[in-house]
Amino acid sequence: MELSVLVFLPVVAAILVLLLPQRYERHAKWIALAATTATLSLSIQMFFAFDVDKSGFQFVERHDWVDIGGFNLQYFLGVDGLSMPLVVLTTFLTVASVLISFNITTRPRAYYACLLVLASSVIGVFTALDFLLFFLFWELELFPMFLLISVWGSGRKEYSATKFVLYTIAGSAFMLVGILVLAFNQNTFDIEKLGQANFSGTLIPLGWVFFLLFIGFAVKLPIVPLHTWLPDAHSDAPTAVSVMLAGVLLKMGGYGIIRMCVTIMPGVADDYSVWFVAIGAVSVLYGAFITLRQTDVKRLVAYSSVSHMGIVLLGIGALGSAGLAGATYQMLAHGVITGLLFVMIGLMYDRTHTREIAKLGGLARQMPLIATGMVFAGFGSLGLPALAGFIAEITVFLGAFQRYEWAVLMAIFGVVLSAGYVLWMLQRVMFGPVRHEWDGVTDQKYWWEHSAVAGLAALVVLLGVYPALLMNMIQPAIDTIMLRVGS
Amino acid sequence: MNSLDIVGPQLAVLVAAAVVLLIDALLPQQRRLLPFVALGGLAVSALWTTVWVARDDYQTVFGGTLSLDQYSIFFYYLFVGITATVVLASIDWVNREGRGQGEYYALVLATCSGLMFLAAARDLITIYLALELSAIPQYILAGWGKDVRSSEAGLKYLLLGAVASALLLYGMALLYGVTGTTILPEIAQVIQANGETNRSVLVLAMVLLIAGFGFKMAVVPFQMWVPDVYQGAPTPVSAFLSVGSKAAAFAVVTRIFFEGLGAKFLSDDWSMVFAVLAAASMTVGNVMAVVQTDIKRMLGYSSIAQAGNFMVGLAAISIAGQEFTLGASAVLFFLAAYAFTNLGAFVSVIAISQKIGSDQIKDYAGLWKRSPLLTLALALCLVSLTGIPPTAGFWAKMYIFNAGIRADLVWLVAIGVLNSVISGYYYLSVARQMFLGDSGDARPIKTSPSIRLSLGVTTLGVLVFGILPMPLITAAKEAAHIFAAK
Repeated sequence: MELSVLVFLPVVAAILVLLLPQRYERHAKWIALAATTATLSLSIQMFFAFDVDKSGFQFVERHDWVDIGGFNLQYFLGVDGLSMPLVVLTTFLTVASVLISFNITTRPRAYYACLLVLASSVIGVFTALDFLLFFLFWELELFPMFLLISVWGSGRKEYSATKFVLYTIAGSAFMLVGILVLAFNQNTFDIEKLGQANFSGTLIPLGWVFFLLFIGFAVKLPIVPLHTWLPDAHSDAPTAVSVMLAGVLLKMGGYGIIRMCVTIMPGVADDYSVWFVAIGAVSVLYGAFITLRQTDVKRLVAYSSVSHMGIVLLGIGALGSAGLAGATYQMLAHGVITGLLFVMIGLMYDRTHTREIAKLGGLARQMPLIATGMVFAGFGSLGLPALAGFIAEITVFLGAFQRYEWAVLMAIFGVVLSAGYVLWMLQRVMFGPVRHEWDGVTDQKYWWEHSAVAGLAALVVLLGVYPALLMNMIQPAIDTIMLRVGS
Repeated sequence: MNSLDIVGPQLAVLVAAAVVLLIDALLPQQRRLLPFVALGGLAVSALWTTVWVARDDYQTVFGGTLSLDQYSIFFYYLFVGITATVVLASIDWVNREGRGQGEYYALVLATCSGLMFLAAARDLITIYLALELSAIPQYILAGWGKDVRSSEAGLKYLLLGAVASALLLYGMALLYGVTGTTILPEIAQVIQANGETNRSVLVLAMVLLIAGFGFKMAVVPFQMWVPDVYQGAPTPVSAFLSVGSKAAAFAVVTRIFFEGLGAKFLSDDWSMVFAVLAAASMTVGNVMAVVQTDIKRMLGYSSIAQAGNFMVGLAAISIAGQEFTLGASAVLFFLAAYAFTNLGAFVSVIAISQKIGSDQIKDYAGLWKRSPLLTLALALCLVSLTGIPPTAGFWAKMYIFNAGIRADLVWLVAIGVLNSVISGYYYLSVARQMFLGDSGDARPIKTSPSIRLSLGVTTLGVLVFGILPMPLITAAKEAAHIFAAK
């Protein structure tokens, strides 16, 4: 029951928001805040109620849904140690997104409705255990994202929104074919059953099926060279949408690769392991090099996401217990760190109305609070010890080192570069001589801004100093997957 | 009397048609009531059908020529629903047109009763009569508009329809000649007993039947009339043609082939014919639709492609064992889902083109700003036609492709999936135009209550059956199950 509430409460709130009479439309944010806070508290409560000693899925809900002859599609939700933290990440970032959207005045009802539907669909992706249901949630996310970018975005927003949708749809068309081939072979869409099945006589070779699914997820992650939609979407999306996009939408890709590709077809994953590691390492390095030469702060952070998600693929590709756990941790760490970075950039942009690095400088004097947050998030992003990113990266590197030394060395060089681009960006934007055109800009001052920033920053520290909180939950789930990979 | 009771649903519609004509002639100042009388007749018909469902007393009457079974009941509801939506969507247009209001509604109702007879008919002669009863009013309706295009549409439809009828009669005559009976179950028995000896004649009869009905179903290569007629005919009539007469044709073809010609040695042949026609229809329809600039023409070509999708279900007869009606039930579910979706699309087009005075897709630019609800409704229907969740069209495609794969028609399903991608291009480019295009005109578009009601019902159906399709699937399965009774 809890999971259904998590998935559908935001949708119900979205309907309420839409039904709000026009003269109360500026109160839409309160409904959105109430609903997202409720889902956050429920998910935290579930997080602590989650029994880490039990294997398999918990909070399971299973009902027959559609029977189209031969298949029984189910309404089947559940979480394990892999998805539970991702659900909490989603609910947490949704609250943060609502908070930093408090100053939205154009069509607020539609805006919050889209944001809430987006939250629902992402939670649905992380909790669905019927492959078709998963796919439905996966596609549902496109509608609100398209509208959010194309209506409330900036710059070439329609171009970017369309590009985002086209990339995802192209990927998911491949994915759907893969899903259907698996399902026809086993006569079920049940992810739990598919994860235990042995496939023989599939319509097309199993290796192809693996890559059909993989392309769908890899577009989302994204990997080089399927990443070009990401910087466009980020630079034209409103702040809250960037937070959701970098914070949780990219994680759908990594989650999908672990949950579907690796768990369902471990043999294929093992055969092509070296390729994933190579793609991952190339993404880390290429992403970092491209990041170095960005002139727009938001694009810079967007490209750094490509680099960081490369580490996720590297950890998954190494197919070891530590690598997979590290990859999962990296997804969570990147979610909060990059979420915070985008929040800070959004706050800065609200005041300066430019993100061109060349036009900024010395802002630490004029907006000390925002500068502090930005520097803090930047340190998280470059992997400073005691912050969340460090734990994740070190676990991935340790896990992958034995099998793929060369890839880890490449990736470490990428991390060195990340220190370069982050510090250089901070130096050019926040420090240096004070620019007088920015005299008189306000600092971070509203309670909603403070609470979003403080919450995210606290989480960055918490995940950095107390990794066991999540690792205790992630590790058993990864071990279950490893049992299958090993056999 | 009992027999009349069984055809009550059809009679109710015919009586309503007569009442409409009488009111039109005797009480001309009460013309505003005409559509409501028509709707009333349809409601009585639906109610009567429901009584039959409640009695659970299925039987055949008139010497086995008409059958009241789950199959015909499914289509009664479908046709009554379609006709009611068409009547609602016609009100504005008919009022504006002014002339012949009574005749218009009477002809629509007469068509409806013909379609319902067609769904119940189990005998070749009855099928032919019912087909003509539904077709002749449609010829007139297609030519109802005042402009040349509409007259051309009516004439074209009439001439090609007459050719199709002739082909059909030849086919039926051959079938009668070989089997000595016109009643479908008896035909099946005779064929089963000594059919192989006359196989070549049977195959010829089959080809003629497929050609004759192919015209009504609007599948390649009998589709030439479709775009011209859809574009020329008044839009409510095009909607009626694209949904009602197509569904009826599929209903009767499914019944003839599954019930009458279901013998294994025959079905192997015709399932291959249907598979090839399906592939051709999907491909030709979609490829032609891509280049259209007129939305009604585009919907015409898209309906050809959709007919190709339905045919996958007919071709799927070769599924062995208990599940062999899966293909038929998939056709039924698809027809119902398509009815909601395509009617929704046509009603939106009616509402939009009335205001902007154009059917050109480029004139749909920027509609999002002028009428968000209308835009959303049309976009939802286009999404459903493409087969994207969460809409009824998605389940329809899943269902029918599932049947195809279980019948080992993987190649056909592969073509179907590729075609869905092509269709996504032109359907969604209309949506794109509406959301992102720029229009010079920013005046909001107002719609009448009748349009809003019909649009609400259809889009709600698309959405509700997109999320909870099970009731409709169960109904389709039960209806198709009558073919497994033997």
